[in-house]
Formats: sequence, structure tokens, C-alpha cells
Amino acid sequence: MARPSFFGLLLIAPALAMIGALFLYPLGYSLAAAFTDPQGGLSLVNFGKAYEFYSTDILFTLFIVITSTLLTGLVSIAIAGILTLGETPWLVAALRALYRWPLFIPFIVAAQCMRTFLAKNGLMNNTFVALGIMEPIQATSLLDWRGIIITFVWKQVPFVTLMLAGAMASIDRATIEAGRNLGASRLRVLVEIVLPQVAQTLLVGLVLSFVTMLSVLSVPLMVAGSQPTMLTVDMAFRINSYGDYATANALGVISYAIAGTVAWIYLRHSVKREVQA
Amino acid sequence: MSGEVHLSAARAQTLGPRGAARERSSPAAARVWAFGATALKMLGLAVFAFLLFGPLANLALWSVAERWYAPFKLPVSYGMRYWEVVFRPTGDAMSSLMTSIGIACLTVLVALAVSIPAGYALARLRLPWRTALMILFLLPQAFPSVAIYINVARVFYGFGLTGTITGVVLVHAAHGLVYSVWIAAAAFAAVDRDLELAARNIGASPLRTFFTVTLPLAAPGIMASAIFVFLESLDEFTGTFFVGVPQVTTLPLLLYNASMGGNYQIASITALILLVPSVAFMFVIERFLKADVLSKVGQ
Repeated sequence: MARPSFFGLLLIAPALAMIGALFLYPLGYSLAAAFTDPQGGLSLVNFGKAYEFYSTDILFTLFIVITSTLLTGLVSIAIAGILTLGETPWLVAALRALYRWPLFIPFIVAAQCMRTFLAKNGLMNNTFVALGIMEPIQATSLLDWRGIIITFVWKQVPFVTLMLAGAMASIDRATIEAGRNLGASRLRVLVEIVLPQVAQTLLVGLVLSFVTMLSVLSVPLMVAGSQPTMLTVDMAFRINSYGDYATANALGVISYAIAGTVAWIYLRHSVKREVQA
Repeated sequence: MSGEVHLSAARAQTLGPRGAARERSSPAAARVWAFGATALKMLGLAVFAFLLFGPLANLALWSVAERWYAPFKLPVSYGMRYWEVVFRPTGDAMSSLMTSIGIACLTVLVALAVSIPAGYALARLRLPWRTALMILFLLPQAFPSVAIYINVARVFYGFGLTGTITGVVLVHAAHGLVYSVWIAAAAFAAVDRDLELAARNIGASPLRTFFTVTLPLAAPGIMASAIFVFLESLDEFTGTFFVGVPQVTTLPLLLYNASMGGNYQIASITALILLVPSVAFMFVIERFLKADVLSKVGQ
């Protein structure tokens, strides 16, 4: 059986053809369009234009996605930590039943929810006013960069928590018990004993979330309308308003580069781990 | 789940002596302390539940609000008028719903037709660069998709595929291929090889073995992948936004247009229609995707 199976290649061919035609070909097309000047020569002129018009939005996108990823990581660690180390059965049970709800909710539905919830006269401000926490005059709309970050964190926390809680459940409980018996607080056990053992899973979850958030179009479109905005919206705008594929593709290549950098950090970390092991 | 219950019981036992040691001070102070801790936990849980369900509650309120404007904290008048508008047989929403479901069904068919053979080959046959091939199917999900879709739309335009159901189905199927191929490969890998060999031993042909033994045993996993692909297609916005416009209006596009047009009732009802299958799926996923299949995903 050393010889590769010809039959196997035949069976996988239609699926490969589909990826080739609908992903690899357009990917090549976008790279070619990004690096071609109007005369058809190879140049970086499109990147110059993209930088000139959209440098603020590039920074804004990085800020939104990095902040959201970090917050998602913190909240997920907190929830997964309570699920693993919690000593109040009813709290753990309630949290376990609750946290997963947004897992499969589409981004566009999350965006519509937040569009109403975070508005100046939305349910959140109204509840705060009704509870007496806030004066009606203080109510402000969160539908800007804060809204995008809240929506991303709301949507991605269940996913990362699910992965993290699964990894935490499978580590050797004896290490946790040992730490607790020696008098370490639960927070210290979480940070010094549990987290190092699940760091790889956390990293995978956060990298996947990072790239997902970088690709979402509906949330920045619906939650925050005005400038500055995210690169996805700029690309859609370049295409729909000007038919300007060159600049849009240059922005696309910039977003590949951002995603690629994160993937590279992840791979470097994994390789380092394997070398150590 | 039973394992967790077992664990927490064991933990409660080991914690016994330490818990007692902590309560060295007077019983009254300990009671106040315990009450305070419980109150704090309940408050924390309430805040968490509010942040989790508040946005969904706002959506539900909007769907039954006939009139709701600025100074009022709750809708001025309630009613099902907009539900009637959405579910009117001749309305835009009903035709979008039908379009969405039709596209999702076709997407599942296309994805399964290419991923069942591919999954079988990846699980059972010898392939060169198997890991690279597996990663290739992941790439469309792991790449910033907007930049890909604008070029797909441009390529499709040349073939007259923009604004057609076929074009949208192809885009959705390519996007869902990672689920269908990876889960199908895991499902086939989880089938006991001895059962196939037994069928072959008593004289069944390879094809008959596949259709009467392997495929039925892998069916629950393939079913799970079909549901994944169906939901991905139902919820897909970005690809349809570039490839489907202006002729193909799926539910997410209707939701987007209604929301941007300020018609929050229609937008909220459409969002609820998309929400129900997503949340239902979260509760049943574990029934379809058994641990033996799950442990083989991505291998």
C-alpha cells in the first residue's frame, strides 16, 4: 500500500476542483489585481492609494479586532475558570446552561440585536434608567467602535469558552487538587496551574476568532455606520460605489497580511512547543 | 455529563475539611459571610444573564411592537401586525424565506455530493499530502472572506452567474465544504473496519459493502455535517451580498435591507426566523455529533 490510491484521488477530485475554482482562483485574481497598475505593469501604486485613503481604517480595524480578541480571551477564561473550579453547584450549572446561547447565532442577527439594544433609547439604557443606576440625560448611544467590540465579544465568547472549558475538563485534576490543598486561591490555581496547560487551545480559539472578526461585514455595517470603519466595509464601498477593484484588492491583501501575521505567531508558538516537548 | 457530576461530588468531599477550617470565626459572622457571597454570585449571574439575553429580548420586543418611539421605555402598542405582513403568502419575506430554504437545500446536496466521496477517500484510502489537503478545505473559512467574494463575483459576472441561484449555491457550498469534508472524513474514520471486512468476507462487493455497511454507520455524522452546511447557508450574508444581488434576496439580505431602511419590526422578525434554527441546533448538536466522531475531526 505504499503507492497512493488513484481511486482515492478520483474521489477527492470534485471537492478539490470546487476549492480551486471558488477559492484559489479568486485568491490569485485578487493578488494579481492588487499588484497591477492601470497600465498593466507590476507596481505598488494601489497600496499607496489604499494607504492614503484608508490608513485610519487600517489602524481602526487592528484596534477593534485586537481589543475584541483580548476581551474575548479574558471573559472566556473567567467563564471557563468558574465552570472548572467553581464550588457553587447552582452557579456552575446555571452558567453552563447559559453561556452557549450565542454560539450559532449568525453575526447579522447579533448585529440587529445590538443595533436596538445598545441604541440611545435601547433596552440597555432604558433598564439602567428604570433601575435608577443612570439619569435619562446620561444615556448615550454605544453604536460606534464600542458597539462593534461588544457585538464581537458577545458572539465569540461562547465559542472560545466551549473550547477552553473542554480542554480544562480534560486536564489532570490531581494538579488542581494539589494546588488547592497547598493553600493556593482558586484565582492562583487558574492562572498558574490550569491556564498553562490549556494555553494551546486558548491560542487556537483566539486565532480563529481574530480571523473571523476580521472578515465580518455585517457587524460594522449595521452597528456603526459612520467613519472610521472597518476594512471589510471599505472594500464593499470601493466595489459598490466606484467599481474600483484595484484599491479594494489592495485592502484585501492588507487584510490577508494581518490574518497571516496572526497565523504566523500561532505557528511559531506551536513549533516552539514541539521543540520543547 | 455523568462524569462531571461524579467529579464534582468527589470535589465536594475533598473540600469538606478545608471548608470547615475556614469557618473558624463565630457562626453568625460565617452566616453573614456566606449570605454575602451568595448574594454577590446571584448578582453576577443576573448581570451576565442580562448582557446575554438583553439583546435577544430587545429583538423579541421589537417583533411585537406596533409603535415604539423615543421617550417610551417599552413599546407604545403591541400587536402581531408585522408578523402578518411577513407571513403574507405574497409578501417579500415569504419569498425570501423560500429562496433561503431552497438555496440551503441545494447547497447541502452539492456539498454532500462532493464531500462524501472526498471524506471516504481521506478517511480510508491512501492519499499523498493528506494533511495539506485537509488544510486546503479549511482555508476558505480561515481567510478574510470579503476580498475573496468580490473576486468570485467578478469571475461569476463573466459567466453570467451573478444574481443567480446557481452562483449563490456554489459560493455557499465552497464555504461549507470544510464542515462537510472534515466531519464526513471523521464519520468514516469512526466506522469499525472489521464490520466492512466481515461484509466482504461473506461475499459482498466493495460497492455493496459501502452502501449497506459503511454509509449507514457514518450516517449520523454526515447528518450533522449536513445540518452545519444548511445553517451556514441559511445564515450566510457576505457571499450573497456580493454574488446574489440584486436578483437573489435571501433572509439575511432582507434583514439587512429592512434594518438599514429603519423597519425594525420586519428586521427583528426576520432575525427571529434565523435565530430559532441556530439556537435549536446548539441544543441537539451533541446528539448527532457523538464523541467517537468528534474525537476524529481534523485528524
